[in-house]
Amino acid sequence: MTALTPAFIPGPLAKSSALVVSLLAPTGRFSLRAHAAVLPALSRAIGVDLPSRIGARASAGTIEVLCLSPDEWQILVAETDALRLSKGCASIYAEAPHSLTEISDREITVRIEGPKAADLLTLGCPRDIGRLGEGEGCRTLMDGATVVLWRDGKDSFRLDIWRSFAPHVVALLETGCAELAAE
Amino acid sequence: MLLVHCPYCEETLPELEFTYAGEAHIARPADPSAMSDDEWRDYLFIRSNVRGPHFERWRHLHGCGRFFNAVRDTVTDRFLTTYRAGEPRPDLSSLKEAAE
Ligand SMILES: [Zn+2]
Repeated sequence: MTALTPAFIPGPLAKSSALVVSLLAPTGRFSLRAHAAVLPALSRAIGVDLPSRIGARASAGTIEVLCLSPDEWQILVAETDALRLSKGCASIYAEAPHSLTEISDREITVRIEGPKAADLLTLGCPRDIGRLGEGEGCRTLMDGATVVLWRDGKDSFRLDIWRSFAPHVVALLETGCAELAAE
Repeated sequence: MLLVHCPYCEETLPELEFTYAGEAHIARPADPSAMSDDEWRDYLFIRSNVRGPHFERWRHLHGCGRFFNAVRDTVTDRFLTTYRAGEPRPDLSSLKEAAE
């Protein structure tokens, strides 16, 4: 069996006239599960109004939140603020029961940017990318791997990929990047 | 590819994001030890295997992660409706009318 030990060094992964794919620096990541009744208390503790529509995002400071499910949120936060966030939630645990799990090392994030960014995603994602609004996000698939897709602008996306699936997904992105430039 | 409407995401999305999870509305018996072997077998394994509209569970695995229920015609593969887990069985005759 081949052991894959990718280095995951932040920086450009693939570049062509069509788009740029780059690996972003590590960041703090949390998975939050909670009942709707405790959202106001959690929103105060985190400092962001937690959105309740699936796909909606909210942010404040270095914190970014994406609603993935009726009771699930993905939270990104600068590593320097991660401890403050988890302590803030822990301090209200008794009155607002929830599950906050640190998943910083579970995923890597790549940014896909350029006029053909949406076209690149269609190579592995079965969703209609055009229907994902700017400033929204979703959990979906990329060539068989579950990913979280963030749309930051018309031609700018982020893809959170589980570490173990990353070599596979990144290889597809690199091939696609060259292919789209050859058209 | 089938398109499936997720009643939690309120979006119609490609089948690849979903997994099938068997017949719906099969409640676990409240007191399993009071049941005969045959009754327990029926609960575990015996399904209606209908030809036509079938009440079944699906899961939006690569999405919101929720289980929900659907009525799918097993002959045409057409989804008559989907609804949230825990909601009662929708009335089949009105669904069929709406589909026609
Ligand atoms: Zn869903």
